[in-house]
Amino acid sequence: MASSAEVVLRTDHLGRTVSSRALVQDISIEVRQGDVLGIVGPSGAGKSSFLRLLNRLDEPTSGTFFLEDRDYREISPRELRRKVGMVMQTAFLFPGTIAENIRFGPEQRDVRLEEGRIDELLRQVGLDGFAARAVDHLSGGEAQRVAFARALANSPTVLLLDEPTSALDDLAKRQVETVIRDVVRASHLTCLMVTHDTEAAARLADRILVLEGGKVKRIGPLGEVLDVEATR
Amino acid sequence: MWKQLVNADLLRGLNQAAAAAGAAVVVMLLARIRRIHVERETLIALVRGLVQITIVGSVLAVLLHGPAWTSVFILAFMMVAAAATSARRARRIPGAFRASLYGIAAGTGVTIALMTLLGAIAPGIATVVPIGSMLIANAMNTNGLALDRFRSEVQSHVGQVESALALGAAPETAVARYVQSSYLASLIPAIDNLRSLGIVWIPGLMAGMVLSGSPPLYAAIYQFVALAMIFASSGLTSLISTTLIRAHAFSSAEQLVLRSGSET
Repeated sequence: MASSAEVVLRTDHLGRTVSSRALVQDISIEVRQGDVLGIVGPSGAGKSSFLRLLNRLDEPTSGTFFLEDRDYREISPRELRRKVGMVMQTAFLFPGTIAENIRFGPEQRDVRLEEGRIDELLRQVGLDGFAARAVDHLSGGEAQRVAFARALANSPTVLLLDEPTSALDDLAKRQVETVIRDVVRASHLTCLMVTHDTEAAARLADRILVLEGGKVKRIGPLGEVLDVEATR
Repeated sequence: MWKQLVNADLLRGLNQAAAAAGAAVVVMLLARIRRIHVERETLIALVRGLVQITIVGSVLAVLLHGPAWTSVFILAFMMVAAAATSARRARRIPGAFRASLYGIAAGTGVTIALMTLLGAIAPGIATVVPIGSMLIANAMNTNGLALDRFRSEVQSHVGQVESALALGAAPETAVARYVQSSYLASLIPAIDNLRSLGIVWIPGLMAGMVLSGSPPLYAAIYQFVALAMIFASSGLTSLISTTLIRAHAFSSAEQLVLRSGSET
């Protein structure tokens, strides 16, 4: 899918080694506009470590990556993080109201988000009318949907999802997955999603990247990669 | 000089020290009956404490008769020692010593200078050094509390801090609420001391002034002056050190480096 679209994100032998331990090794991939790349692999395969490099929460120790043909080192960390949004495994909402959480990203650039835009984002994630609520009493699924809307409020070029449903029960997991799928498809978002759940990857992704020991084991279209993995 | 040092006051002091140490030894023996063995630590602490404070007293006895400008060097030495002590609480934060030194030096230095100019501290080495050391000691404790609290707050809220960074926040914004809570927590002892003054406790300075013949009312008011100065210098120290230390919690690429545990 989207094979003729322009390359938005390209990694070039990207790696990170900490205390002689290689967490991510020699990853060279391309992600095109509108691509949804599922990243799977066993625990400790380097999935989350890889994602953290792309948001520059950690520093690569080898190789580089390009966002819209710009080397990440030419982009300020704050601008990069605004363009490469990230939703983590746990929502980590800030104390206050849901609207305050959604406004947080744009406020960092002195942009005041209109009420209408907040309502629209909340509608997209199925939380219509929740803007004034405090974050204290949200369920895990609701909190994760707020975190998703909060990341979208920055209008990211690429969205990183780090196991966004792994801490949820089955019902909440399905609800959040549906929201992610609908929003990503409707907005034609470029997305990299880490999951340990191959079925979830199959439901959401166009392409699959399999990591093992921090390295690329396989990358390709969804059906092709999952078929090969299933026969092994 | 030796005759000046060894006099009736010294002998009286040593007798009193022996009585107080005797009480500590009795407590040590009571603990021993309950099979709690603190003999070695207690004896070492008692001997070490007595030797240290006697040496300091001897040095002060000489210095307090020296010119007033030497108080600057004495206080500067105390500030460096205080910074080193309280920075140990935050040794996993790079730059903790420098932040502590700048905080303590600015917080106590400004307060001592201002209070001396305003007449709250009588000029002269015999008053500037003891009161200055009291301010420095309290600033050291406040600074240590602030840095320790900042470290634990940030380490227990790594997810929130990184979520804020991931949304494009500046490092100072990402840790703002933890800087605030560290600052407030560090000032609790100073606030409580002021609040409970005279009701829960009669502090040492006032007791000392009364014992040495000052009018009790003046001693009481001056105790308030001392505690207000402690609050001012500690508050300024903590404000400066927490502001400085937050920069050291992040790398030049604005990544949180003050994290516990290892990466996976």
